[in-house]
Formats: sequence, structure tokens, C-alpha cells
Amino acid sequence: MTVFLGAKSSKAARPPTSTRAATMSLSSKQIEGIAHLARLELDAAEIPRYVDSLSSILGLVSELERVNTDGIAPMAHPLEGQVQRLRADVVSSPNLRDLLQANAPQVDAGLYVVPKVIE
Amino acid sequence: MSGEWETVIGLEIHAQLATKSKIFSGSATAYGAESNTQADLVDLGYPGVLPVLNAEVVRMAAKFGLAVGATINRRSVFARKNYFYPDLPKGYQISQYELPIVAGGHLDILLEDGSTKRIGITRAHLEEDAGKSQHEGVGVSTIDLNRAGTPLVEIVSEPDMRSAKEAVAYMKKIHTLVRYLGICDGNMQEGSFRCDANVSIRRRGAEKFGTRAELKNLNSFRYVEKAINLEVARQIDILEGGGKVVQETRLYDADKDETRSMRSKEEANDYRYFPDPDLLPVVIEDSFVEAVRASLPELPDDKALRFQQQHGLSPYDAGVLTASAEMAAFYESVVALVPSDPKLVANTVMGDFSASLNKDNLDIANSRVSAAQLGVLVSRIVDNTISGKIAKEVFEAMWAEGLEADAVIESRGLRQITDAGAIGAVIDAIMAANPKQLADYRSGKDKLFGFFVGQAMKATDGKANPALLNDLLKAKLAP
Repeated sequence: MTVFLGAKSSKAARPPTSTRAATMSLSSKQIEGIAHLARLELDAAEIPRYVDSLSSILGLVSELERVNTDGIAPMAHPLEGQVQRLRADVVSSPNLRDLLQANAPQVDAGLYVVPKVIE
Repeated sequence: MSGEWETVIGLEIHAQLATKSKIFSGSATAYGAESNTQADLVDLGYPGVLPVLNAEVVRMAAKFGLAVGATINRRSVFARKNYFYPDLPKGYQISQYELPIVAGGHLDILLEDGSTKRIGITRAHLEEDAGKSQHEGVGVSTIDLNRAGTPLVEIVSEPDMRSAKEAVAYMKKIHTLVRYLGICDGNMQEGSFRCDANVSIRRRGAEKFGTRAELKNLNSFRYVEKAINLEVARQIDILEGGGKVVQETRLYDADKDETRSMRSKEEANDYRYFPDPDLLPVVIEDSFVEAVRASLPELPDDKALRFQQQHGLSPYDAGVLTASAEMAAFYESVVALVPSDPKLVANTVMGDFSASLNKDNLDIANSRVSAAQLGVLVSRIVDNTISGKIAKEVFEAMWAEGLEADAVIESRGLRQITDAGAIGAVIDAIMAANPKQLADYRSGKDKLFGFFVGQAMKATDGKANPALLNDLLKAKLAP
């Protein structure tokens, strides 16, 4: 399931304007996929609830498609019109390793230690 | 490889931008620092922090774009590329997706047959690097986030290359270019310059591309060539065996010399890109672009063309000598000392000099022989003090012992003999000592001329001026 803000949106997720909110429905399989991408574990009983609630959120959002956007450039940011400020290329951050690593569950010789991530 | 298949290659090159600080934070980017000492709150993705874009990164990307004839987008947008991996603390990489800073350029590469081929550059976008993970411990991986947030420009080519050799030529050309521009140190061992290769094959003449495999993280030119050739052979085997190529990411294993699949198939990539709300669109003014354009150095292709026109070099020689700005500058320093024979200077710089640098694994910056010293040596060939052959011996002594050319020539008595009388006397003695060869030569055995040249060189320790010796021998040996 991919939802883009830009022009190249997933066709599957966005029905034609004639069939709207009411038909916007995610499948159980899509919910499982989204849960996996978010690294959330859902048990089978929870899935129908997410199908309903996420589908209704998408339905709400798809209401926006009623608006005629012909000739309007997509926005990348709500503060469009303002521009990104730049900083000079200067090293300004001191080494705070000891302080920052005090928050880590496990460190060893300056490295963060995590459960093994490859087979 | 059977002739009926055509290889199609596109490259994604990651060049680390040579800034002092990171793309979105004030952490240092110096290579080799102690683990995690160059990773601040922004790099670690702490709550409440905001990225602030490094101005130098924008300037460097624009410089690259202008050098490849691309459009510098006046408005570009940073997006989040979402995936989970422990070396990516935020759970997303800040990159550019729909609106990259550079779009639509090209680069010409020189093929082996001497012709040039234009390779399209689809886009170049800015992004942050991830950290570095190691998996050597038992049941654990360890993470160093010093590299997290290091600025990268990802240069995406069109699928325009048709062989591993073309891919390497293109990658080398980009490598040369980013170093000329001073935007990347090009150090491949340190990971500053690496590439992913998209490789597919199709029947020759077919229009539709085949299914591609992506070869990840190739960090040497040799690996690029080997990995692509292996992958092409693998795909031919599959297709000729009636199978199907699966679209997947593969890793080249240099030790085993094979490519293997990196990800299991159910984990199809789904990065869910969306514009990063923490960053506003980057807007570039025309005046900025023009200032960057004015700051461009002479580019490799322009320099190579100038070397051909100004110094009379072949396209190949000009290409070799302009492969790095340092090499080109060295060559021109020597030519300034020996303006009468730029071709001889080219041969010396590309020959003994480059071979010695390679042998000792040295850069021009720490060469054992300077441009001024080499200039004196080449001058001694031009002014007939020594022959080209003797010059090799002199060069070796200069390189090994740090001596000046003139000192070697004098102390070893290598000055060549240009006295016609002296050479003539040597020839007379050889003719007297070899009556049979002389008779044979005079009765038509022309090949024996070489025998007399060899004898004369031997008698003079190689110091007879070759041209003069040739002329005198011809005259004296004639029946």
C-alpha cells in the first residue's frame, strides 16, 4: 500500500472520482502488509477492526478528491512559499558520546549493540 | 557469452560530498574518527530535533549538475524514504524523490575503438548516508553512527550502457569529474564513491528491457566489471534454461566471486516516500546558479580537447593525462620546461613515471620525482645529451635514489656519443672484426643491419646517438 502526496499516486489506492468514499476499502492482506512495514504485530482478531478504521480514514481523506484541483500545482509543504534556510558548512556539534550513550540499552567500545539483524 | 543477447546497464553512483559538516547537522564528517563521536542529536534522530540543510551541499550538487549539462531545478523537495534498519536511527532516510535538485544531463565516454558514446544522466539527488553496522559478534550487531547524515549525491544514469566495460568507463568518468569539481574525494576504500548497477539482458534487436537485478554497493572499478559480467552470465543461463529472471537485489561477494540474492522475495521494497515536513522546499535563485557556473574549473573533456589541439596528443593520450586534475597539472608543468616536444613528455609521464607511481602505490602529490626534475630529464633527450633508452636508466636512478638527472648522467658517464669521428671509428673496428657478416650483408642480407647496430651499441655501452649511428652505418656498410 503506497500513498503519495505527489502526482504519481498509487492507482489502486485511489478510485476514480465517480466512486468515492463509500467504496474505499482496504483488504485484510493490505492491513497485514501495513502492519509489517510498521513492525506492528496484529493478532487475527484485530485485523477486521483495522480494516474498518483505516478504511474509514482513507474514506475521509478521499473526500478531498471532490475538490477540483485542475491547474493547481501540488504542494510539498503547508508553508509553501517559504523556502528552506541553509546553514554554513561549519562543524558545530561537540562530541557528546558518553552522554548520549547513557540512554542506550547496550554499548560496547563506543558502539551501539543491537540484536543481530542478518542471518 | 553468446552473441544473441544484449546487456543493458544503468548505474546509480553514490558520491560522498566533501563537506566539513553533515548534510543536516553540525557534526563533523572526518573519516576514521572514533566510533559514534561524530553523531549528534540530529543524526541520532532524537525527538524534537530539526534538520537544517548545509548550504555547501546545495552548491556542490549544482556544480555537478552544471558540469554534466543538466538542469538545476529551481525548486527541489526532500522526502522521507521509510525503512527499518538499526543503522538508520530515525526509521527513514532523508532523500529526494519526485523533485531532485539535478535533472537530465549527460556524459560522453571514450570506447575502446576510439569512438565516443553519450550516456544519459537521468537525475542527481541529495540524501543522507546511513550509519555503519557490523555483524561479527555472537547474536549481536554493532552500530557506528559517525557516517549517519553524511551528505551524498546519488547520480542515476539512463540504462544506456551495453557492456561491463562501458559501465566502468562511465563510472571512471564520473569519478574523474567529481574530483575535478572538488566535490568528492573519490576515495573508494573509504566508501566515498560507490555504485549500484542495474543489469538486465534482452534478445538483440528487442525493444523491451528484460527483468533487471540490482547489484549493490560495488566499491571498486574491478568489482563493477566482474560483478556485471557474472550477473550477465547468470541471467543468460537462466533464460537459456527456460527460466525467468527475478527482480531482486543482489550482492557481489569478491571472495567467492559470485553474486547472491540479498533479500527474501516477500519483503518487496515499499519505501512509502513522502515530502519531509521538517524541511521546506529548496529554492535556488538564478544568480546562485550563475555564480556556481562561474566557479567551474576547466572540465576533463575540455582539458583533453585542449591537450589534443595545443600539444598534438591523440584522444587516448589526452584522456589518460586528464584522468585527474593532478596528473594534468603535472604534465603541463613538465611541458612548460620542454615546450618543443609535448609528445615525448606525454610518453614519459604516461610511461616510466606513471608505472613507478603505480608500483610504489604513490599519488602525484608524494611522487619521488618532481615535474621540474622530470623536465630536466626530458630536456636531456631533446638536446641529445642522452638517448631515450639511456633516459630510462637515468629515471630509475632518480626515482630510487632521489638524484637529479644531470648528476646521474655525469657520475655514470651516460652522456651519449655524438662525435661522428668516434662512432665511425667504432664502426670500422666492428666491420674489420666481422668480415663474414659484412660480406653477407653486402650480398643482400639486409637483416644483418640490426647485428651491426647491436655491436656498435654494445661497444659504446648504449651511448652512441642512435640517429647518427644509423646514418653512419648505412654509409659505411654500403657496398
